[in-house]
Amino acid sequence: MEKRNNFINGVKAGIPIALGYFAVSFTFGMMAVAGGLSIGDAVLISATNLTSAGQFAGLSIILSNGSYVEMTLTQLVINLRYSLMSFSLSQKLTRKEPWFHRFIISFGVTDEIFAVSVSQSGKTSAFFNYGSMAVAIPGWVIGTLFGALLGNILPSFIVSALSVAIYGMFIAIIIPPAKKDRNVLYVVIASMILSTCFTYLPLLNKVSSGFVIIICTVIVSMLAAKFAPIKEEEVNHE
Amino acid sequence: MNNIYVYILVMAITTYLIRMLPLALFKKEIKSPFIKSFLYYVPYACLACMTFPAIISSTSSVISGLVGLVVALVLAYKEKSLINVALMSCVSVFIVERILEFIGML
Repeated sequence: MEKRNNFINGVKAGIPIALGYFAVSFTFGMMAVAGGLSIGDAVLISATNLTSAGQFAGLSIILSNGSYVEMTLTQLVINLRYSLMSFSLSQKLTRKEPWFHRFIISFGVTDEIFAVSVSQSGKTSAFFNYGSMAVAIPGWVIGTLFGALLGNILPSFIVSALSVAIYGMFIAIIIPPAKKDRNVLYVVIASMILSTCFTYLPLLNKVSSGFVIIICTVIVSMLAAKFAPIKEEEVNHE
Repeated sequence: MNNIYVYILVMAITTYLIRMLPLALFKKEIKSPFIKSFLYYVPYACLACMTFPAIISSTSSVISGLVGLVVALVLAYKEKSLINVALMSCVSVFIVERILEFIGML
């Protein structure tokens, strides 16, 4: 009974997540097919990865025929934040439930599912995460399928407009914390300046996009960690 | 030409391990303030460098890309939801591109 309640609560929390995922993964499916991937491959990537930034970066590496090492490093750096979330979640999950659940909910550690999961009062049940995953993952996969199917027949002016959707979402994620924490604001600005240098400066613009993301993220985050180390409570808010 | 399925496998395994290992294995808290701080800043640095300058070259015109960027920044500053910011940014790009087309700049 308790498991069922936890699951239902998870489903409720997962519905708005699924709607948001649909819009973003639609863009992913569209871009993947526009780049030359098959519809099935686009859906397969979404079904096995469940990560927006990682998939977009992965797609650009696939399309530019990058190396497997580049792919591994890019996914590692872009998705490194999930390690912190998983770590945080490992303290938050109830220890009454069998350990094997952790291997399954690991797959569903995304920014949004993590956020609703750690915001539960007291210890969180794995069944809450299962509930959220049960709606959010189909939202992500079906959105990709629709984007892959409809991306072809949508006129180019619609595609042009939709292609900013993912960036709009990224901005919506980074700006509110940048408002509250000046150091986050500096990180955002520094990172944008650095990636602009890699886009336009001679020699630097030869570096492939995957490595640009790694280099900018690691350099800026390390400098920020060195000169503006965080206080305890900021980690808990994440 | 590299194999698409090897790419997908590499992506999926790397991403799963990143999520699974800390959750399943680490029971003790990360103590290093440097690593904690580094991990705290990673998402912001990463998303920021992916967004700019890519956003201004993602649309049919630099002008519409810039407008999309500004609209997203303003709405995000007002703490609107993710979907709201993303969709309004798209709508603004769409409108600006129709205007540019009308005045013959696209």
